Amino acid sequence: MTPAEIREEILDILSDIAPDEDLSTLNDDVAFREQLELDSMDFLDIVMELRKRHRIQIPEEEYTQLASMASTVAYLAPRMKDIEARP
Amino acid sequence: MIASHRSSLPDDRRIVITGIGLTAPNGDTWTEFRESLLQGRSGVSEYEIRYVGKTLAGVCRFDALRYQTRKDARRGTRAGSVGVYAANEAVRHAGLDWDNCDKARVGVYLGVTEHGNVETEKEIYELKGYDYDTSYWSHHHNPRTVANNPAGEVALNMGITGPHYTIGAACAAGNAGLIQGAQMLLLDECDVALAGGVSESIHTFGIFASFRSQGALAEHQDPTRASRPFDLQRNGIVVAEGGCVFVLERLADARRRGATALGELVGHAINTDATDFVQPNPDRQAQCMQLALRRAGLTAEEIDIVSSHATGTMSGDAQECTALRQVFGASEKTCINNTKSFIGHSMGAAGALELAGNIASFTDGVCHATINVDELDPACDLRGLVLNEPREIARPRYILNNSFGMLGINSVVIVARV
Repeated sequence: MTPAEIREEILDILSDIAPDEDLSTLNDDVAFREQLELDSMDFLDIVMELRKRHRIQIPEEEYTQLASMASTVAYLAPRMKDIEARP
Repeated sequence: MIASHRSSLPDDRRIVITGIGLTAPNGDTWTEFRESLLQGRSGVSEYEIRYVGKTLAGVCRFDALRYQTRKDARRGTRAGSVGVYAANEAVRHAGLDWDNCDKARVGVYLGVTEHGNVETEKEIYELKGYDYDTSYWSHHHNPRTVANNPAGEVALNMGITGPHYTIGAACAAGNAGLIQGAQMLLLDECDVALAGGVSESIHTFGIFASFRSQGALAEHQDPTRASRPFDLQRNGIVVAEGGCVFVLERLADARRRGATALGELVGHAINTDATDFVQPNPDRQAQCMQLALRRAGLTAEEIDIVSSHATGTMSGDAQECTALRQVFGASEKTCINNTKSFIGHSMGAAGALELAGNIASFTDGVCHATINVDELDPACDLRGLVLNEPREIARPRYILNNSFGMLGINSVVIVARV
């Protein structure tokens, strides 16, 4: 997956987790929590969805890498480069 | 305990219903539900659930997003959504000034037949796709399956900081929730009790499969004819979902704010068969009704409507009729009806929903029927049964509501016109 495809995938996950939020105005460089109503259970949802969809295992000490869209994509890019984007 | 005769009680020891919120398979408001009961409109339809396949159920169609965000609905449970909807509707119906209501003095007491099966089954089903690797098990499982979940979701949604919990009482739970709410008002634990029962049971395949294994799951070509208590051809239970929450207050508080009292809880009883896991004990059921009558200071002859529990099983219906004959056999005016014939068995919600449907008779003077009785089972031939068509009755004053459950739990409440 390219970084752009990973970003789309994260947006898709967020649309399930935070269905009441408008994601079209998301600023990639600002922390999710500063823009969206997300709590720790929601972040666990992101981790779980990545695990379920792509078998990506994110160690607990690295959860902080998922703070913003930019940091999430940067963290996932090397880990998901060999995964094919869904059609 | 509710004392012996209400006329001698001060208003702050009398518990009244000032609001009703509900969702049933044939109505999402008290008015709509009542219309369906008077018009003979069933809420049972074809239904399919994993592993069991095609079956029948009473399915609710309320708008869950009227009071919940999509996120909260996703994060919570179906029972939670049912409770949130019914509780908000009840508060609105009661005309409470909710914004200025002291939420620390509101209690939530919801009866449940079971809770957690839906989520556990779903998680195990999904886990199978991951070769039972439990690292794929949802972190939402515990908050969804803790036994207080439905009441807790109501409290969370409505900002209620008083006590909340569920009352696990099998299919007697709707009455048990109501009784708990009244008791907590009398103990001064709260000033407003949101009390009743909820059911999400149609979303667990286990309940269908277990009833089927027991030979107690109803079948019929026409779904609307499948739930037929007292009929000779009855063949079991139609499982339903639903919820009903009453706003309970002390009469003194209700009068102070100019609220309309829809009914007064004048008697109640809960007892236990202690004889079998499943089979009811008609003697104990009769004792439960008699205890409620005694506490209300009433005789059987004074009860206008008995809302029966009968679920449509061959033995259970006949057993309740034996109990009803013991208590009401000599009562000429008492009418007996059954709400499950319309909506199926809404489990934890049943007692509360069935009472709510009947309370409307205080206003319209009609006893709704028990429908789908083509050939009355002689074992269920009771004096006073209102068969298939509603009956006008002269100014009903007292309703007795039966609700019984597995492990031999019996519950009875008596509600009076105010």
